[in-house]
Order: sequence, then structure tokens, then C-alpha cells
Amino acid sequence: MQVPGVRNFSTRYLILIYFGWWIIWMVLQTLVLFNAELLTFDVAIKDAAITTVVLAFAGYIMITSMRFYHPRQILQLTWSIGLAIACVFLIRWIATQWLQGEEGYLEFLEKTLVVRGLFSWLMISIITIVAWVWFYIREQQEIESRKATTEKLAREAELSSLRQQLQPHFLFNSLNSISALIILKPEEARKMIQQLSDFLRGTIRKDDQLYVSLEEEIKHLHLYLEIEKVRFGHRLKTEIVCQDEAKKMMLPSLLLQPLVENAIKFGLYDTIGEITIRLEAKSVENLLHIRVDNPFDPETSQTKPGTGFGLNSIQRRLYLLYGRNDLLSTHQNSVIFTTELKIPQSA
Amino acid sequence: MIKVIVIDDEPLAQSIVREYLQGYSQFQVVQSCNDGFEGVKAITQHKPDLIFLDIQMPKINGFEMLELIEQPPAVIFTTAFDEYAIKAFEAHAIDYLLKPFSKERFDKAIQKWLQQNSQTQQKPHASALLSEEVRQPEERNRIVVKEGSNIKIIPVHDIQYIEAYDDYVKIFTQKEMFLKKKTMSFYEQSLNPSQFVRVHRSYIIALQQLTKIEPFEKDTHLALLKNGVKIPLSKTGYLKLKTVLGI
Repeated sequence: MQVPGVRNFSTRYLILIYFGWWIIWMVLQTLVLFNAELLTFDVAIKDAAITTVVLAFAGYIMITSMRFYHPRQILQLTWSIGLAIACVFLIRWIATQWLQGEEGYLEFLEKTLVVRGLFSWLMISIITIVAWVWFYIREQQEIESRKATTEKLAREAELSSLRQQLQPHFLFNSLNSISALIILKPEEARKMIQQLSDFLRGTIRKDDQLYVSLEEEIKHLHLYLEIEKVRFGHRLKTEIVCQDEAKKMMLPSLLLQPLVENAIKFGLYDTIGEITIRLEAKSVENLLHIRVDNPFDPETSQTKPGTGFGLNSIQRRLYLLYGRNDLLSTHQNSVIFTTELKIPQSA
Repeated sequence: MIKVIVIDDEPLAQSIVREYLQGYSQFQVVQSCNDGFEGVKAITQHKPDLIFLDIQMPKINGFEMLELIEQPPAVIFTTAFDEYAIKAFEAHAIDYLLKPFSKERFDKAIQKWLQQNSQTQQKPHASALLSEEVRQPEERNRIVVKEGSNIKIIPVHDIQYIEAYDDYVKIFTQKEMFLKKKTMSFYEQSLNPSQFVRVHRSYIIALQQLTKIEPFEKDTHLALLKNGVKIPLSKTGYLKLKTVLGI
């Protein structure tokens, strides 16, 4: 998952380092042989050049093969020894051709073959190890970054699907009410279509907006409640109490409505007769506290409190956004079931 | 005249059915009910020929309401939930209307009922719901029973044991006993087999109530429950119990 430009830059950089490394060795070899008065400067520099070019080529072969293939250590060892021997023969052959006329050089060359072999092997091994470490680290980094990207995508997809979890039953039942109203009270049918459209539009639009103010969420909630009251007006009463200070606080979008929807369903299906759903919001120590009360019957409750209807998805969303599992809690007394929500404020 | 009752917890949903029925002069809606409790009362009182029944309703759902009626009338379900369709037809519903439904779709359902009604003059079909044993009921976590005019909801974990009683079963809880017109095999199938074991032709016990198995006469055993009741075990029942308990 690297950007191609970055990769090119780092490759060019590496090639430079590689050449630099070999030039240093060439200079060193020249100086050592010349200073030890084993060879003349001219011959020493030629000798060093041959050695360096051959080894640099061998090193390149090693790196290239390592890039696609990570052999076992024992194979690597054999491979590097074989390559070192091949290098020595190649050096010897080139040097014999090029420096034939130099007096005493060939003799010197034959004498130092073993040392040259060891040196070649050492060099090739160093390059192999460095290359191995380099490629290993880069592979790990790529795996990490792929993993991070995958996780991020999965998290975003999950959040978006959790946000969009509109209850299809709500939609179908609302349409059914509209169907009834069209004959009974056409004006109200039109009004309800308007409300339903506004509500749905709010649900869609907020999709890309992660956080909204409580005031806005409550507006959206009102649309929802108006629709529910057309369906259950004979039974459903709502009460919303919101502290001024809390109105400007932020919360994840489309969180409040599922919470209230859950309370309404719970209240309506668990009891008979009129119910009041109460929502209270206040600011407590830089946390937005929201509390929703609904009546219920502990004896016949169809769902175990806390796992009921939509609370799981709210819990999951809060965990994905804040990494905490303690933001949603429920408790109950004999007839009232309470859901409490705490939303941390970032600033 | 054909008597109809509409049971739905949304008044507007009831009114749609009433409105669609206006075109049929022979049908008369004798009552509209807001929940299953009203539904049971109204059905007992009016003995309707056909009911329109919502599924998701307060306290008891449409299926549970049907269970409480000795001879249920013909049923057309009206609901926004399509996941209950199979269960509805297993309950021998005439039809299953998905909200919102059109007049044409509604008319089809009425035609279906008229046809079936002329073929089998006699019993409406939902009665088969109660007698049919073969179908696999879903695992349940509560049982709804009727006691006189009261309707009681028993959470399954309150049940201590169930005893066969002619066409009925007696369901025993800590404090009470309830009669229900169901069969032993119905409960054997619908209760969680890791919690309830049929230990005898006439008994199903809750495992968590079991304290002791003691020998009784030759080759037979008794199960002792926490409340002191002794339940006879049949030979197969004894083996079954041993398997479930892993002994």
C-alpha cells in the first residue's frame, strides 16, 4: 500500500548507498595494498576496481533473489559460499586478462586467492543479511498498513450500517397509517407523508455527519415522535426535558432516535393503556447525560432488560466511537425501565 | 351475515380493514379490539366467523392469543412483519396480508376465505392449530394461559413440572397450577430439551427442580423435586434423564 513515488525515491536512495558502500571498499582496498607496498598505485586501483565490480554484481544478484525468495538459512549459506568461489574465479580471470603485463602481479594474485575468497564470502554474507532484514521489515510494514486499512474500512462500514439501521417495520406501519388516513382524513395523510419524508431525509443526510448537536438531534426526534403519535396517539405521551447547557453539546448522529424507539416499543408492547416516555438531557462534568424512561411490566417482560431490541447496536456504536463499554446502562424499578447514556465531549 | 372482528393495536390499521370491508354487505365488523386480551373476550362473546389479526401487539402476540381460544375462528393475519408468514400458515391462517396492503390484495384474501368456507362448511381452519402435533413449534420462553376471564403469562423458568390431564395439561409453578388445552408432546417439543425432560408419558419436569432420583419398587425410579413432589419415571424416561444429566 505504498505510494509509487515514495517507493521510487527509496529505491534510488538505496542504489546510491549501495554504490557508496562499494566505492568506500574500493578506496580502502587500494590504499591497503598500496601502502603495504605490495602493488603499485596503478595496479592496486585496477585490482580493487575488478574486485569491487565483481562483488557488487554478486551482491546485486543476491539482493534481487532475496527480494522474491527467502530461502532457508542453510541454503543461503551454501549459495553465498558458491557465489564467493565463483567471484574469486571471475576476479582471477578478469585480472589475468587485464593485468597480464604487470610484473609480479599474477604471482601476488595466486597467493591471495584464499584471502580474496574469504573476503568475497564475508561481503556477500553481510549484504545478504542486510538485505534480508530490510525486506523483512518492509514486508512487516506492508502487512501492518494493510491490516490497519482493512480495520479502518471495516469499522467505517460497520458504523455506517449501524447508523442506518432504520426499522423497516416502522416504515411499513407508517405507510399503512397513511393508507388509512387518505380516506379518513386526507389533510392529515398529506401532513404525515411530509413528516415521514422529512424524517427519512434526516436519516439519509446525516449519514456522512458523525456528530451533531443535541438540539439538532431532538429536532429529528420530534419528527419521529409525531409519526409515532399518529399511529399510537391514543396511548403514547412523550415528555422531553432538556437543560439549556446540554443543547449545544455534541453526540453521534442518529443515536437518540433508536434509543427512544426502543423505549417506545418496550413501553407499548409490554403494557396496556396509556404510556409516557420521558427523555431528560443535562450536562454533567463535561459529559452529556441522557436518560430515557419507559414503563414496563417486570413480570411479563418479553425481552430481558439490557439486551432488548435496539440497545445492542447503540452499545456497539458507542464502543466503536469511544472505545468504551460503560457509556450505556440500564436499570429498573418496579414499573419504570430506564436507559442512561453518557456522551463524552471532546473539547 | 358474516361476523368479523378486527384485532390490531393501531386504530388506523383497524379502520383500513373496516373501510375495505364496506364493499361487502354480508360482512359485519362486530368489534374492533386494541390488544389480545380484548380479542379473547370479544371472540368468546361474539363467536365471529372471521378475524383480522395483527401479530405484534401489547403483552400477548397474535399467535399467543389464538392459543387461548378453544375453537378459534378463521384468521387472516395483517402485519408489517414478513418473517411470520410460515408460522401463520402453520397456524392454518386463511391468508397473510403484509401492511400496507391494497384493496385488490384484500379482496383476494376475502375470496380465499369464501372459497374455503364453502368447501368445509363446518369447522374453521385455525382450530387445527390446537390439535396438530406434528409441526415443530419454535422454542418458547413463556406460556400464555387463561384462567376464567384472566389471562396469565408464565415465564418458562417458573415452570416446575407439567402433568397430562385428559385433553389438557396441568402446568405447575411455585404457587399455582394452570390448565391448558395442549398435549404433552407439544410441550416436549417446544420447551428447551436441556431444561425440560419428559420423564414419563404423563410428566415433563424442569431439570433445575430435580434434587434426587430414588429407586422405587423393582426396576422403577422416582424423581424428587425441590418442592417435595415425587414424579414417577418410566424406563425410557429414566434413561433419558440419565443421558441429559450425563450420568
